[in-house]
Amino acid sequence: MKKPSKALKLAGIPALTLAAAIAATTASAAIVPAGTQLSDVQEITRGNGAEPASLDPQKVEGTPGSRVTRDMFEGLVTQDLEGNTIPAQAESWNVSADNKVFTFKLRKDAVWSNGEPVTAGDFVFAFQRAVDPVTASNYAWYMKIPTIINASNIIAGKAPVDSLGVKAVDDKTFQVTLEKAVPYFIKMLAHQTTFPVPKKVVEKFGADWTKAENIVSNGAFVMDKWVVNERIVLKRNTKYWNDKETVLDQVTFLPIASQTAELNRYKAGELDLTNEISSKHFVSLQKEIPGEIKITPQLGTYYYEFNTQVKPFDDVRVRKALSYAINRDAITKSITKKGELPAYAFTPEAVAGFTPPATDYSLMTQKERNKKAKELLEAAGYNKSNPLKLNLLYNTSESHKDVAVAVSYMWKSLGVQTTLENQEWKTFLDTKNEGKFEVSRAGWIGDYNEPSTMLDLKTTGHGNNDGKWYNKRYDQIMAESRLVSSDEKRVALYEEAEKILAEEMPIAPIYQYVTHRMVKPWVGGYTTKNVEDNIYSRDLYIKKH
Amino acid sequence: MFTFAIKRFAVAIPTLFILITLSFFLMQMAPGSPFTGDFNMPPEILANLEAKYHLNEPLWKQFAYYLSDLLHGDLGPSFKYKDYTVNELVAQSFPVSLTIGSIAFVITVIMGVGLGTLAALKQNSWVDYTVMTFSMVGVVLPSFVIAPLMVLAFAVVLPWLPAGGWNDGSWQNMVLPVAAMAILYVAAVARIMRSSMIETMNSNFIRTARAKGLPNSHIIFKHALKPSLLPVVSYLGPAFVGIITGSVVIETVFGLPGIGQHFVNGALNRDYSLVLGLTVIIGALTILFTAIVDILYGLIDPKIRVGR
Repeated sequence: MKKPSKALKLAGIPALTLAAAIAATTASAAIVPAGTQLSDVQEITRGNGAEPASLDPQKVEGTPGSRVTRDMFEGLVTQDLEGNTIPAQAESWNVSADNKVFTFKLRKDAVWSNGEPVTAGDFVFAFQRAVDPVTASNYAWYMKIPTIINASNIIAGKAPVDSLGVKAVDDKTFQVTLEKAVPYFIKMLAHQTTFPVPKKVVEKFGADWTKAENIVSNGAFVMDKWVVNERIVLKRNTKYWNDKETVLDQVTFLPIASQTAELNRYKAGELDLTNEISSKHFVSLQKEIPGEIKITPQLGTYYYEFNTQVKPFDDVRVRKALSYAINRDAITKSITKKGELPAYAFTPEAVAGFTPPATDYSLMTQKERNKKAKELLEAAGYNKSNPLKLNLLYNTSESHKDVAVAVSYMWKSLGVQTTLENQEWKTFLDTKNEGKFEVSRAGWIGDYNEPSTMLDLKTTGHGNNDGKWYNKRYDQIMAESRLVSSDEKRVALYEEAEKILAEEMPIAPIYQYVTHRMVKPWVGGYTTKNVEDNIYSRDLYIKKH
Repeated sequence: MFTFAIKRFAVAIPTLFILITLSFFLMQMAPGSPFTGDFNMPPEILANLEAKYHLNEPLWKQFAYYLSDLLHGDLGPSFKYKDYTVNELVAQSFPVSLTIGSIAFVITVIMGVGLGTLAALKQNSWVDYTVMTFSMVGVVLPSFVIAPLMVLAFAVVLPWLPAGGWNDGSWQNMVLPVAAMAILYVAAVARIMRSSMIETMNSNFIRTARAKGLPNSHIIFKHALKPSLLPVVSYLGPAFVGIITGSVVIETVFGLPGIGQHFVNGALNRDYSLVLGLTVIIGALTILFTAIVDILYGLIDPKIRVGR
């Protein structure tokens, strides 16, 4: 038996007719309020932070590349201004009763920028490419999470690429089969690793297919120019199925790494949106042009990680004491200052469909926490005559240093002697990976809007569980969460996972990230509700100014 | 002259080889790899990546592959910028650094030599003091201070010029970076030129020229200038390579797509092939221009003419 299309429900309009559903899909376009006077020149320039490592959807790694690919390509689904999943290249889909077989109906009017239709074959090709060892995609692991049939085996070179659980039923019908019923599979399809690529073009040009003169894409924009380390210029794709509702004619991305340089160019009028705002300018900007500062809660947490394999951090009392003694309010109010929220759980509050549970220490006052911390540390055998000495590692950056200095000061009141150590980024990663640390700075930004994108990190064997903390029950919970079909049960499991983290304290959550950027007053359609910071240029427009 | 060139060439090859060998193995010794990132990839995915770039093979084999590709003019694929080869990145970025650098170089020669000579001839006058004050400021202030100040002054406060970007090489985009780059070198050259000129003007052959009653301009341009230029040439020769291969500070501040940015980012990203490729190019250019300086020496000063 087949369930009715889930598209409608996901679009947030459960009980409407099909006609209404089609109208609702136009949310994937600029919504210009009536009476808005548009500028004659519809061109925008966005700060992009760094040069993308690639613009090939299956090879993209990092935010700069994903931003540009999200503008150029479109997957089966996309996100609206609030980050909800809405239909895109797929106009609807059916899910089998066991939640394992997903059949997508592609839009008839979905075409590539060269006018050729987007086919199910292009999706099959893209999905296979993502797991093919020859592609060697950094993001191949992303295809393992929803357990697409044989994905893991193909990546490991144990099965042929064409054995992947994807199929072109016909030109406009694409089918994916999963090994396990992964409830958030649809949500994961707004990610660039699952975007289609034009099979014929990729096969014709090979590695050169993403060059401006060769590339063909199916999103609202198509590449016009790419100067490495200077700019990427996209032009409106007139073949895009919803081109009539796209307002911008041109989007330029500038890979400016220096925040000061970026701010100067913003002030000089060369940028409409910055990538971020530097902490050292934030306060003065708040006085000068507060209306242009846009803050959005983000799907990520800043935390300190304990290496549970070295003494005394194998002792939960020590870990708890150190975590309790961190005054998170002081850090968010006086150091980070950009509207970050203090964190007492690993999953940030911004995540959809889940509120991290209150844990015992989140409900205490800082005074109570400090008192408790002292008791715990004393119980662990540390006092004035035998102070705890530790090394706190962080990657070189002013802002990490500020937090580290503050935390070491907070720990000092417990009698802890902290040595701060900073390392250059790759050296830092290597040191952590090899487990040569005691306490280390860490941060994680979710890859999809679901608690498991955070919580999975602390499972046994996860590549980023650098603190090597293992807990059987925790692993069980995370495995089980993939199998339950009821949302309530899953939420209950996640809550239990968070409680274990608070009880065992393998990490000390510090604050919840926000995204912060300057946006010119004439930019319309900018959303502060997408917690994954997916700002699609197709939603933006320029007001008369 | 011909035998000199041959000799130079014969020395250049082993020098370059040693440079490449050292860089290749030093690069590998740096902690981390091109593929370490904030997400620790599962081992099988890492293995696929390493296989793709031959990183799973013994180092000596990787080195042999690299040398063989290099002989064919192929600097290999970039490890970080997956859509580009190192050749493509160099082809795109070198002209930018070369343009900015060449203009800055010409300005440096004209202004540096001119100001230095002027200061020397008007020693201890207000002209001398002005030039030397300017030169002191230029030498002391690093470009990471001067460049952002220029942006603030001439792009933000006074919106005369773009704050950054290359814009396919439009002159407006070149003014500030060229000026920021030239200041440093003009200042240095002016100082060197001044002291060298003062020394020459006090030497015996100038005194003889004066005694013969030659006009002042004739003495300066015909007799004094050439020998005074020697220290400038020995400074500018090697500096030239540095100027045309871009300054990371200038390129970062002005958002220029030049070679300097690639060099530093390449090292931070552990983009082995990009860093090696640039090392080879900059190494070869340095060897070439050191040789050119030696030839120029001979042309300027017959006493040290080579090949005799």
